[in-house]
Amino acid sequence: MLTYALRRIFFAIPLLLGITFLSFAIIHLAPGEPTDLIQGDPRLEASAQARQLLREIYGLDQPIHVQYWKWLTRIVRLDFGRSFSPDGRPVLAKIGERLPVTLLLNIVELLIIIALAIPIGVLSATRQYSMFDKVTTVFVFVGFATPDFWLALLLLILFGVQLGWLPISGLRSLNWEYLSFWKQQTDFLAHLLLPVVVATFGGLAGFSRYMRQSMLEVVRQEYIQSARAKGLAERVVIGKHALRNAMLPIVTILGLSLPGLIGGSVIVESIFAIPGMGQLMVQAVFERDYPVIMGNLVIVAVLTLVANLIADLAYGMVDPRIRVGRRR
Amino acid sequence: MRSASLFAPLVVAAALVLAGCGVERGGADEPVALKDAAPAQGDTFIEASIANISALIPNIANDSASHEVGALIYNGLVTYDRDLKVAPELATAWTFSPDCKHLTFKLRDDVRWHDGKPFTADDVVFTHAAMVHPKTPTAYREDFDAIERIEAVDAHTVDVTYRTPYAKALQSWSMYMLPKHLLEPYVKEGKLREAPQNRTAPVGTGPYRFKEWKSGEKVVLVANPDYFEAGRPYLSRVVFRVIPSQATVFLELKAKGVDGASLTALQYKRQTEYPAFRKAYNRFRYAVNSVTYFAFNLKDPRFADKRVRHAIAHAINKQELMDHVILGLGRNATGPYLPGTWAFNSSVQAFPYDLARAKELLAQAGWRERDSEGYLVKDGKPFAFEILTNQGNDERKKIAEIVQASLRELGLKVDLRMVEWATLLKEHVRKRNFDALVLGLGLGRDPDMFSLFHSSKTRPEDFNVASYANPEVDRLLERGRATCVQEERATQYHRVHEILADEIPVIFLYHRDALPAVTSRVRGVKPSPSGIMYNFPEWYVPRELQRYTAG
Repeated sequence: MLTYALRRIFFAIPLLLGITFLSFAIIHLAPGEPTDLIQGDPRLEASAQARQLLREIYGLDQPIHVQYWKWLTRIVRLDFGRSFSPDGRPVLAKIGERLPVTLLLNIVELLIIIALAIPIGVLSATRQYSMFDKVTTVFVFVGFATPDFWLALLLLILFGVQLGWLPISGLRSLNWEYLSFWKQQTDFLAHLLLPVVVATFGGLAGFSRYMRQSMLEVVRQEYIQSARAKGLAERVVIGKHALRNAMLPIVTILGLSLPGLIGGSVIVESIFAIPGMGQLMVQAVFERDYPVIMGNLVIVAVLTLVANLIADLAYGMVDPRIRVGRRR
Repeated sequence: MRSASLFAPLVVAAALVLAGCGVERGGADEPVALKDAAPAQGDTFIEASIANISALIPNIANDSASHEVGALIYNGLVTYDRDLKVAPELATAWTFSPDCKHLTFKLRDDVRWHDGKPFTADDVVFTHAAMVHPKTPTAYREDFDAIERIEAVDAHTVDVTYRTPYAKALQSWSMYMLPKHLLEPYVKEGKLREAPQNRTAPVGTGPYRFKEWKSGEKVVLVANPDYFEAGRPYLSRVVFRVIPSQATVFLELKAKGVDGASLTALQYKRQTEYPAFRKAYNRFRYAVNSVTYFAFNLKDPRFADKRVRHAIAHAINKQELMDHVILGLGRNATGPYLPGTWAFNSSVQAFPYDLARAKELLAQAGWRERDSEGYLVKDGKPFAFEILTNQGNDERKKIAEIVQASLRELGLKVDLRMVEWATLLKEHVRKRNFDALVLGLGLGRDPDMFSLFHSSKTRPEDFNVASYANPEVDRLLERGRATCVQEERATQYHRVHEILADEIPVIFLYHRDALPAVTSRVRGVKPSPSGIMYNFPEWYVPRELQRYTAG
């Protein structure tokens, strides 16, 4: 197991290099440079000169392989560089201030999805074609088909404007620092409620479907029949024998959704005015802020590789067949 | 909405929790009968801003959000008054030498930086040094490169000498002054962007002091008790909240979560007419100093023919276009100058909509035959071209669509393409690789159009995108920028306006209106040709209507 893990980590290094090189090349191939957007006042003839100056400051006047080498030698020392935007802040600081909110939102969302999707999936699989199954199927398709922004706006109009129960946008009220500790927490939760609901709604649909599908396959297996034949209670058959095996594909999907945790949803963030990773990344792309884009991509790439590794290791642990197979 | 029932228990629970938590909402529903209530200090003004600011030293930022915030923190030597005329700010007076090459400023002697240090002539000299330092990444360098020599005669007098007479000399000193005692080392090292004043602690002389900036969330400013002009501004706090979605901004307005925001044309015209909104907000309308235009690529032989350009201009029904695109909330443009400003020539007539005349002109230019689909043909080739504009700008897309439909009636085959902004600039505009463009242009405060229409400005990096060349316009533009006497400049620009309206290298479509809404509890807002923000320190909320006590 250990050698397997080490070997995987070793092979991840060239993979990571390849990913960064490709991303670097693709980003620089995209037409337009950060300096092209320095328009300022078009009547200022110096803007051409200002652009040239900025190209030198950013090092964009050098050939791309030199730029990549410089970037690479910095990144191995964990120096992500400085943003090209006029605040010139370190990339890590920019990502660092956006990451906690995005992580929080995504983790809460994922937990709720798991907590709801598994029972929904199991119930609709064990009662296939029942009323419950039909209703959840409709619900799930509505969830798939509902655009985030539309649902978000409807909920905002109802709870924010008409009823006035919930705040509309942002993370905290303006008088937040003057509130008592508990009021601060409830204020924060009130601000998070609708974004979480909206983000959960779409994800719930997919996950409960996976669960239902996986469960349906398992309950048709012969060992389930033999469990029933032994006279075990249906609760035990489903809850113990079937569920464990039905969870296997879910573990893989969960593992793969780990890197997604740091990527924010641009639509949800924009509508609820939440300063998260999605907005940072989109703004960086529009502004061609290469260091921020690359910093973000490196983190996502590393997380994806790590998540893959974890998923594979976990798979081995959950499923004895894989472990045994490898020892042979 | 069937699905909502699933979450109902959750929502109710949260609402109960909220009931006790003092989020301020509503509350200002009192009727607006207190027109003459006495000015009072206090309250917070929350402005919704679509974009995040990029820096706290606006001299090195290009985005309008940074400049909007910067305008409250910093001052220039001069500013613009309600009628867009240059007015004193940190300077009390100025004199030009008769040859327009020497400019002397007398400075106020009662101004202090936010950290208490006095503002002096040395800071002015330093700001110049910062702007022309080779490593300062500013787009506003040119104005300061034109200066040959600058010196502080005494603590409150500055002498500026220009290499040649420079028309924009005076207005260029509306640039924000920077504190020498804090920023000098950063400028010398070429690291102005990394100075703490650019991120966490800007120091200016303006009516508001910086409190905090949470990137992507908000910027908070507090009143400066020592503000040199009339003392402390009335409103105690100003919060710029970043709300990227226009739809959300509107919902916040409806729920009274923000006090000031820009409305879209649709919101202004159709969605804010109901009494509750009219009671809670005052809406304003004034021309934005910008023009939306349709540009030809004059390198294309078809468009090099003036009759073809005239035909296309005659075929566009501008009134209908404005009614559709901005619901009539704008002004017809006859040229690049804003109506009512001194460079604007009021005798220039708007180009009439006249389809028959358009067809006649095209026929004169040799476009007579039609192909099987009804498109005009010359030498066996149909008149087909492509209009480019930037993706994500709904207004420009609609314009392009309307022009497409209008020109189809004329027998021209027009395709549309929306291109992402950076790509559009790099691949099409700079390389002049387009047939026609729909774009907007911020006009700035000075009417100098040298870089937009002078024939020397047609290289890839330059802004004469239509590749327009006319010796008379060249001469007029050169003369217009070589004097500091406004009347002389006006004569040149009035003629430029006439020529451009006749030659139409670009079709000037309209000047869009800004449509801000401001909460009705704020008094002292006086709309003017320059907008509403010019007297922001004089805005106040009568004590009975004040809503936020913090700060």
